[in-house]
Amino acid sequence: MNEPTTREREDQADAWFHALADRTRRDILRRVLAGEHSVSTLARSYDMSFAAVQKHVAVLERSGLLTKRRQGREALASGDVEAVRSVGVMLTELEALWRGRISRMDELFASDTGTDTDTQTSTDTTTSTQKD
Amino acid sequence: MPVTDVQHDLDALTLTITADFAAPVERVWEVYADPRQLERVWGPPSHPATFVDHELAPGERTTYYLTTPEGDHYYAYWDIQTVDGPDGFTFRDGFALDETFTPNPEMPESQQAYSFVPTDGGTRATYVSSYATAEALQTVLAMGVVEGASSALNQIDDLLASRAA
Repeated sequence: MNEPTTREREDQADAWFHALADRTRRDILRRVLAGEHSVSTLARSYDMSFAAVQKHVAVLERSGLLTKRRQGREALASGDVEAVRSVGVMLTELEALWRGRISRMDELFASDTGTDTDTQTSTDTTTSTQKD
Repeated sequence: MPVTDVQHDLDALTLTITADFAAPVERVWEVYADPRQLERVWGPPSHPATFVDHELAPGERTTYYLTTPEGDHYYAYWDIQTVDGPDGFTFRDGFALDETFTPNPEMPESQQAYSFVPTDGGTRATYVSSYATAEALQTVLAMGVVEGASSALNQIDDLLASRAA
């Protein structure tokens, strides 16, 4: 098998991130990791249309975290345990943690320049007045 | 979004994240030097962090814990290696046995390097996190510290354990 290029790896990471960034998709993934489910059974578990659930399943399938097979008229979905435990997916989950930290820092800096200086009478705007 | 670049190194088990903040380097540094500010950003809202001891100096041990939604605590520490304020610092991040913050030898440490460089608009921060093994990375995620505590990985450990039995 050929080694994936950096570009292919990045595309894969993007697909995982997109797949895991949605609460419903994470929930679907948890269910199908526990065992095979038909898409219609999954659809009944959510307060949304069959088509909407089908769309979420398709995103997970494209990311490689979920596989589908047909049995008669039913589409059966199962989670790919190996893929979910792969280093790439784990780094993607870690990335989500970091994005959260970074956005909290961004908010902290934004609040510095805001108007939360109610108890501050000094006109010095260059130093932080935060105290423990 | 302040995140400007993300690199996954699958071989070196390393995540490198670059972010541009609209704040000077000194201000960014202050977040890491001040435990009260650090705990506002470190833990996800579902798992807030409390820093007990924290002094950014080589050889110092930072101690902190995360509180889970169930009220349990995960004890952890940073062993500070190098400090070059306000440009950056390096440390090893590990889990502790209990509230005494004795390192848990069975839990993996990760290597962390943070650096802050001035830009026209503020600061470019680069965060490099390296894990020794895939199991080490998995342990960190399984602790539930992923945003929203909804890590898919987190949910399947019991499943796999029951399969292996």
